[in-house]
This record gives sequence, structure tokens and C-alpha cells, in this order.
Amino acid sequence: MRSIEEINAKIKAGKVVVATAEEVVGIVKERGVKEAARMVDVVTTGTFGPMCSSGIYFNIKQTTPKIKCGGGRVLVDGVPAYAGWAAADIMLGCTALPEDGPRNAVYPGLFKYGGAHIIEKLVKGEKVKLEVKTYGTDCYPRKEYTAELGLDDLNDAVMFNPRNSYQLYNVAVNFSKRTIYTYMGVLKGRLGNANFGTTGALSPLLNDPELRTVGIGTRVFFCGAQGYVAWPGTQHVPEPARLEGGLPASPSATLALIGNLKEMDPAYLRAASIVGYGASLAVGYGLPIPVVDEQVMAQCAVSDEDITYPIVDYSENYPLGRSADLGRVSMAQLMSGSIEIDGKSVPTGGMASRARGRQIAGELKRRIEAGQFLLARPVAALPGATLAEALA
Amino acid sequence: MAKKKLVFSFPPLLIHEPVTSNLIRKYDLEVNLLRARIQPREQGRIVAELSGTPESISAGVAYLENQGVQVDTLIQEIRHYSDRCINCTACTGVCPTDALTVDPESDEVVFEASHCIMCEACLAACSYGAMESLF
Repeated sequence: MRSIEEINAKIKAGKVVVATAEEVVGIVKERGVKEAARMVDVVTTGTFGPMCSSGIYFNIKQTTPKIKCGGGRVLVDGVPAYAGWAAADIMLGCTALPEDGPRNAVYPGLFKYGGAHIIEKLVKGEKVKLEVKTYGTDCYPRKEYTAELGLDDLNDAVMFNPRNSYQLYNVAVNFSKRTIYTYMGVLKGRLGNANFGTTGALSPLLNDPELRTVGIGTRVFFCGAQGYVAWPGTQHVPEPARLEGGLPASPSATLALIGNLKEMDPAYLRAASIVGYGASLAVGYGLPIPVVDEQVMAQCAVSDEDITYPIVDYSENYPLGRSADLGRVSMAQLMSGSIEIDGKSVPTGGMASRARGRQIAGELKRRIEAGQFLLARPVAALPGATLAEALA
Repeated sequence: MAKKKLVFSFPPLLIHEPVTSNLIRKYDLEVNLLRARIQPREQGRIVAELSGTPESISAGVAYLENQGVQVDTLIQEIRHYSDRCINCTACTGVCPTDALTVDPESDEVVFEASHCIMCEACLAACSYGAMESLF
């Protein structure tokens, strides 16, 4: 139907037609898959929610005399950073906590500050305190270094997500009698509430469930910058059980994402203090899907009614790694404000922001239409996937 | 029958005054205590819903103010900062009174302070500091 190169030529000529994943649901209903696929060149998606598998690595400008952070001990705003690489490369994950932080000692802990808050500070243009203590060598004699550094003071700063873009995620509930505090939020006892972490019809990989258009090298919207799919994400399931229509039955595909922290916008990332659980980073990400054939459009037409998620008990089954069939529930039901489990009406709440996901899909659409964002041909398929013919 | 949710702040000298009892007996009010924090020799604070005729509520409030109690509306006590909110909606699932709901058009969080009973469940549910209690 059309290649990436043809789409990019249309973007450069200002003639590209882009629709968000929400908009195509209506377009396909009105005109059918064939006509919609002819009409729309690119479908944009978006999500914004906590992704604990987020971190940064950065390179500091060398001091005089020089210092070797590798093998030493590095603190950023009192939070231990990883210093197991070369002299000036440091890594900081968003869930890292200050050494003297109370964690869950006074349960549930508040986790007011951690790696995520440092990452957010840097992107906002604020400075953080770097403290290095190391052992000194002939070539790197310095043993201690303290400095206030901002993003502009660093040679490089890169955001990396070993895992992001989970293709489908659990709906979390709590069958126990007491309130529990999880990465899926506060879950009240006796099925007091149900939390979901998805933007449904806007969710990136639910619009390309077989990964026919996305692969290593795909360019994405990543916290306001142009990022890339670097690798399959950790825990990626190459051949998941699928439901009718091709959607996975349980959490399956994931992507590893990478992007330049210096180009990121604080509007699209936020530090999260998840009570009783820890620090995390809410990451805004959007995947552009090139409409290279009709099948792509048919799958992008997925609606909130079509997508169903497994219900998982987080009081016992999840922590103990047990599986129990508690049924499935659709995104449309989740967004109605309550679902029914065991004959009980259970109020629902989200962890991922549908409103922000819509904003990201819209912003990505605007950038493509304005010629500021070109699509990238994937250089390799993800494990278990076969790229569409036009991309192979 | 009118209802009003109010916050009463007591100076230390008034902690021994049986104000709740007086509101019930002298002013014919139903007093539903939602929250209370009373520390001897320090300030005491009560969140209560008063039910009665508009006149008896006004008279009861006037009695409290004459005693030196500061009376505030509940709306000033718990706040939703929309600039900090990412509209994830986690708070809406734990709110027992529908003070926090999702606008079906925009999918954004809506806070209706008059429905709030200050249970503070939303404080723990919000990871972004968008809900704040001044109680």
C-alpha cells in the first residue's frame, strides 16, 4: 500500500494524513478498513504512566586532577548511583533511594525522594549535588569530588528504559482484609477498588499487537524528545497466547527505549512517590504506526470495548507467583468507573493517564504533520514478530 | 433540614468546653464527627457535618464563634492541585463519596470539595502530590 519512504516524502511535502488511535476507531466505523487505510498514512498512540524500569546514564566533565568514578562510590543528592563503568560514566535508576531514607520503616512509607525526583529535577533545569569518593590511580589520582551539576554541565545524559510499553497489563485487586500498597497503587481490602495501568485504545502496542510495524530502530516520542526502540524490553514474551483478533491474553511484548535526556520536556515526565512501594518515574511515550497495509489499519481500529485485561489479586496470588483465573474485564468497563467481580461492584482507578496519553498522541500527530518528526524503518523485527512486507 | 460540613479549630483554653454536647442539646443539631484531633494544651480541630434547620445551624455556628472557635468551610481544608495532577485517576477508585470523579469527556480528574469527608484516602493514592490536606 505505502512504504515508510513514501510516508516520509509526504511528511516533508506537508501532505501526510495522521490520525490518533482514538480517531481511527471512528474513521474505520464510518468508512471501513479499506477506505480508512487508503486515507490515513500514520496512526499515533500515547501513554503516560509510572515505569519503574527507567533510568539515566550520564558522563561528567573531567576534573583537574582527573578522577575515576568507576569502582568508587557516587551519590547524587544523597541517592547512590551506579559507578561500575568507566572513569566518568554514572548511571542512576528511578527507583534508587537515599541511603538514610526510611523506606517502609514507618509503613506505608512516603518515598518522597529518589532517583526519579533527581531525573525530573535535571530535566527541569535544576542542579543536583554529585559526591564522588574513590581510591585514586596513577592516571586518575583524585579521590574526592563534590559539585553542583545541571544537565548543561554534563557531556552526555541519556534516558534508558530496559522495559517500557508493556503490551497488556493486569487489573489489580485485593482479596485480603487489609489495604495493601503496590506498584499498581493503593488497593483497599475486600475488593475495595481495582486499578488498571493502560490507555486502552491509545496504548501503543495494543494498536500493533503482532509487532508488524515496530522493531529495533523505530523512532518514537519519548518524554518530549525523539527516542528509539533500542532492543526488545526485558520480560518480552515472543509468542504470547492470543485472543481472537490477535490481542495478547496476558502481559507480553515490551520495548527497551532510549533517548537524549537533554532534549526531554518536563511536561512529559514526572517523578512519582508511590506510597508504601517506592519511587518511580511516569514516562510519556508515543509510538507512530505507519499504515503500510490494510491489516495495520484493521488492528489500529481496536476500541476500548475490544481490549480485555486479566484481573489479578495482588494480596496473595501476585506476590506468591500464583495464577488464578479471576476473569477478564474490558477497557470500556474499566473506564465506566466500576466493574463487577464476584457479583460485587468494584470502583476503578487508573495508574496510566488516558488524558495525557491523548495529549501525547495529539502532540506526535502535530509534529508529524508539521514535518518535525519523520518515521524510521525498523532495522530488525522483535523476537517472535514478523515485520509487515513493506518493512521487511 | 440543611447540612453543612465545617472545620472547627479550638484554642487550647476551649478544649474542656463540651461544645459538641451543647450543639446537640441547646441548638437541636445533629453532629456527625468526620475527623477530630484534640491534643491537651494545644489546638484541637474537628471536622463535622451539622444537620438541622438553617437557623439552628447559624445559631450553633454563632455560639462557637462567640466561644472563640474558628469556623471554616471544609473546602479550604483539602485541595486538588490540577497543575500537579497527571489525571491518572488512581484517586477516584479510593474516594468513598465521589468527591473525586473522572470527567467522561476529557478523562480528567474532577474534585467536588463539597462531597469530601476528609478521609484522606486520596492522599496515599496520589503519587504526584496533587492532593493536599491542611487538617
